Amino acid sequence: MTDISANHTGLQGTSSDVVAAGLPRRNRKQSLVKTFGILAIGFAFLMLFILVGSLVLTGYKAFTQTHVTLDVFIDPEAVPADKLPRGGFNDVLASALISHFSDVDMTSRTEVRAATKILSNGAQFALRDQVVANPGLIGQTVTLTVPVSDTYDQLNKDLIDRDTPEQNRLLSNAEIARFDILKDAGMITKPLNTGLITNADSRFPELAGLRGALVGSFWALLVCFVISFPLGIGSAIYLEEFAPKNKISDFIEVNINNLAAVPSVVFGLLALAVFIGWFGMPRSAPIVGGMTLALMTMPTIIIATRAALKAVPPSIREAAMGVGASQQQVVFHHVLPLAMPGILTGTIIGLAQALGETAPLLLIGMNAFITSAPDSPFQAATALPTQIFIWADSPERGFVSRTSAAILVLLAFLITMNAIAIFLRNKFERKW
Amino acid sequence: MNDMRPLERMVNTDNIKISARNCHVFYGDTQAIKDVNVDIEDHTVTAFIGPSGCGKSTFLRCLNRMNDTIDICRVKGTFLIDGADIYDKSVDPVQLRAKVGMVFQKPNPFPKSIYDNVAYGPKIHGMARTKAELDEIVERSLRRGAIWNEVKDRLHAPGTGLSGGQQQRLCIARAVATNPEVLLMDEPCSALDPIATAQVEELIDELRAQFTVVIVTHSMQQAARVSQKTAFFHLGNLVEFGETGQIFTSPQDPRTESYITGRIG
Ligand SMILES: Nc1ncnc2c1ncn2[C@@H]1O[C@H](COP(=O)(O)OP(=O)(O)OP(=O)(O)O)[C@@H](O)[C@H]1O
Ligand SMILES: [Mg+2]
Repeated sequence: MTDISANHTGLQGTSSDVVAAGLPRRNRKQSLVKTFGILAIGFAFLMLFILVGSLVLTGYKAFTQTHVTLDVFIDPEAVPADKLPRGGFNDVLASALISHFSDVDMTSRTEVRAATKILSNGAQFALRDQVVANPGLIGQTVTLTVPVSDTYDQLNKDLIDRDTPEQNRLLSNAEIARFDILKDAGMITKPLNTGLITNADSRFPELAGLRGALVGSFWALLVCFVISFPLGIGSAIYLEEFAPKNKISDFIEVNINNLAAVPSVVFGLLALAVFIGWFGMPRSAPIVGGMTLALMTMPTIIIATRAALKAVPPSIREAAMGVGASQQQVVFHHVLPLAMPGILTGTIIGLAQALGETAPLLLIGMNAFITSAPDSPFQAATALPTQIFIWADSPERGFVSRTSAAILVLLAFLITMNAIAIFLRNKFERKW
Repeated sequence: MNDMRPLERMVNTDNIKISARNCHVFYGDTQAIKDVNVDIEDHTVTAFIGPSGCGKSTFLRCLNRMNDTIDICRVKGTFLIDGADIYDKSVDPVQLRAKVGMVFQKPNPFPKSIYDNVAYGPKIHGMARTKAELDEIVERSLRRGAIWNEVKDRLHAPGTGLSGGQQQRLCIARAVATNPEVLLMDEPCSALDPIATAQVEELIDELRAQFTVVIVTHSMQQAARVSQKTAFFHLGNLVEFGETGQIFTSPQDPRTESYITGRIG
């Protein structure tokens, strides 16, 4: 500072001397700003890396599922053809499994039950469905690949330490030994866990999947889009292009901005009171979820649309008006097409937010335990974030990795949506 | 169309096309135009000159009610075109703007093809029934805009891809495509090189046969070359209005004289 003021008062230096004297300080400031920016970005990336890294580390094991392959003789005595779909499928499976073990007494129910714990509870249903679909299988031997139960899945994924003392372990030495017999016989496989996507929710981690949540989220987002997109764009166009600028429109504008900042849980309470309480709409249904999310998404879309409309240069409007286009023609022929990339980007980002929104869905009951995917937006369902919430709350160990896996699936959807937004913006962005 | 021209030229038109009385324009609290009275004749080129910020554009935009679109702008006074008040409640500004075309200070083609730029006005006014008619209007307008030869091979290329001067001529073509009666031009040559300027000036002279042209210009020479009447604005006042020759050779007002001799501006 002092040297510069000296230069000024002294008036000896030419102007280029003054500039040169100030340069090092200016450059220093510039590199300071740059360094700070790089540090900030680096920090953000580090955090992102840690987040995704830890999710992947805990979640990747849920992308495979241990299965056991059994040759099952479907005994006509245990499974009589005239009683389908009822039948002793469990017994058939048990004898198929226990035939591999020499230490199990087939006559002792408790011993048999303990030994068949290897199989998932869903195994008997898989077998039943197969037999019901084709009753001719009765009396024959079928090869069946079914999931093992969660505890044995953990064992196979080395999540159960064989070195811990037996009394502190979930599985006894005998149980581990039996599993190893199957493994040595080559009956244990660990294929890609397609059930994670294709199964609905279940009490048993090895059977639980995201299908119900994905379909529920799809319906909710569809409802949200169908409501918020036209309403949001319509109100934005009206406010930006047609509404007289006065106290009332100012008031509305302020309120829309406030609405965008309202915590989402408040919208959930509102939906609970109005949609479910007054209108008597079904609980836990994606239609209500979608309507609630639409309330939240609409301000985002309105604000993005207005910004996009504002960004269209006034010279384009004047040009259109100058040749005699009406206000409506100006907007629909010229302004909207130019604003569309911005509008779409804003909409997709709004929908991505809605996809990840949890609190309002919890309030309207979309965290119910539902074991089938909804066929319509009026049936009870969960959504991706609420499913994550449910799993995170479950005590079974298998849900720990499944929670992380579900978060990864949700993140994948979010990233895809944002990528689409960026793609659309680049593709349709016009220069003028 | 063309055969009409000699006839129109012969008629000595001194009938009034546009008449403005006691006009005041305010932007919020500041007054941009103060009590302007002017009569603009049919089939003449009238030039508005004056220092920057004196209200030339503002006044020009009153003539096609373009100022209506500016929220803070208020217009007072009477504007008559062919004796009819253009600010009357019964007048639709859309219809008025079809009749009073405008070329803006900055070239502003639509981000569409050259063809669509010109065809847009005739299309929305329903002036062409068939594609062939529309093609003809586009070609004629581009020829009048003195740009046909440069763009005839790329009619479907974007209008924004043209050079600044070409864009301005495209805008002129767009303005004449709707066959307006009055053409308002706000510094149409400010982005053009001398050759293009000469082309546009020649064009303006031709347009006079069919249109009433009002042109804002910062170039004294241009005003002298193309206009028959000149209006000198200063600080929102219309200081002097008369025959172009008279304004430039023997201005009545000392402000006019100092402006055209380069002392104010
Ligand atoms: N949209 C507007 N809002 C507020 N004031 C404006 C607006 N447009 C013009 N003005 C003011 O009105 C006065 C006249 O402006 P105008 O554009 O008519 O000048 P001009 O004579 O066309 O100048 P130039 O030769 O530089 O184009 C200026 O003082 C300007 O600041
Ligand atoms: Mg101007």
